[in-house]
Amino acid sequence: MGYTVNFTAVWGSFDKLMAGLALGLGLAIAAVLMGSVIGLAVGFASVSPIRWVRTTASLYVTVFRNLPILVIVLVAYFALPDLGISLDKYTSFILSLGIYAGAYLAEVFRAGLLSIPKGVVEAGRAIGLTRLQTNFYVIAPIMLRNALPALGSTMISLFKDTSIAAVIAIPELTFQARKINTETFRVVESWSVAAGLYVATCFLLAAGLRRLERQFPKF
Amino acid sequence: MEPSSFLNELWMARSALGAGLICTIGVSAAAISGGTLLGLLLGVSLAEGPMPLRFVCRAYVDLLRGTPVLVLVLAAFYVPSTFGLNLDALSAGILALTLFCGAHVGEIVRGALQSIPPGQTEAGRSIGLTYPQILAYVLLPQAFRAILPTWINTGAELVKASSLLSIIGVGDVLLKVQEIIGRNFLSLDFYMLAGACYLAINFAIEQFGKAAERRLAPQ
Repeated sequence: MGYTVNFTAVWGSFDKLMAGLALGLGLAIAAVLMGSVIGLAVGFASVSPIRWVRTTASLYVTVFRNLPILVIVLVAYFALPDLGISLDKYTSFILSLGIYAGAYLAEVFRAGLLSIPKGVVEAGRAIGLTRLQTNFYVIAPIMLRNALPALGSTMISLFKDTSIAAVIAIPELTFQARKINTETFRVVESWSVAAGLYVATCFLLAAGLRRLERQFPKF
Repeated sequence: MEPSSFLNELWMARSALGAGLICTIGVSAAAISGGTLLGLLLGVSLAEGPMPLRFVCRAYVDLLRGTPVLVLVLAAFYVPSTFGLNLDALSAGILALTLFCGAHVGEIVRGALQSIPPGQTEAGRSIGLTYPQILAYVLLPQAFRAILPTWINTGAELVKASSLLSIIGVGDVLLKVQEIIGRNFLSLDFYMLAGACYLAINFAIEQFGKAAERRLAPQ
């Protein structure tokens, strides 16, 4: 007992916490970009008329949605070198989070694709667009708009998952908070400030995404 | 890395792996049960409670949903001891997962309760039911069906999140696998095995969810 709250040590390293936060955001953005590419491909594959393409897509989604992100990160960083693939920690983390994100985003995009009324696609074909053109000019814009809310919440949850980068010593927010904790024993202060920064960032991200949703009218 | 050595190592490690699996399943089951109880209380308070209670619950839910699980786990591990409450890693981990699960389930329950038309409550009141009776016989049974798919999903997410407890030294399946890898360096094989364990647990949860949904489907 007798714990006195003293934020001096935490404020002294506040710049490091903020740098960690920025790094986490960067990792999340990189992973979302990579995940979107995978997610779009897998999402389109999951509504493909060809059976084996659909099966492969659903296998990808099932496997990577049900694996803990920590296991994926550890495999990419510690086990892939056994196969001769040595990646530095940033690349391997972005790769892991991107593959993980791809599975979630594939479901998001699939739901977006299924929400498109048939008539719109038929109209595209009727005015002479090819299949590819219909996908690109008709389906993709509507799907992206419909998927925007789910895309946003996936983005926020991926940002929270960047905390796991601390496990492979990437100096993001959780890593820095743990460092302050073990170096100064300001336990309550370091964890409350770290948690506060995460909550505030998620709140701001959510507010920004709501604004973005209002900018584009729903189809 | 020939297969015989993997099987050999697997056989040698069978009891450690079994203990790890039991730990993962036990921790997840404890956190899901505790979190569901907490979430029911939170959800009912959020949807029906008086203003101050609603405000407190909203703050709790938003704070916990905005913080990464890893931060919660580390905070639950380090913070209580500064207040003279010495939790071992296992209790700290279960505490963190329960609080986290409670916040998520609370939000799900709130959503389900608010989607029930107000006429239901009014009908209950007009036939002379007291408020707890309305909750138990009218609202919660209807909410339950809406909650089920998301609740199952939260359960699977929680099993995945339980892998984070290996970081604070809880002997779950991931920590056991890491110890085994430390001895025999078969990192790829044993990480894949850990992944397969999580896939199997989540597959079982999913099947349970499907069976429950079929049973509860309106005739």
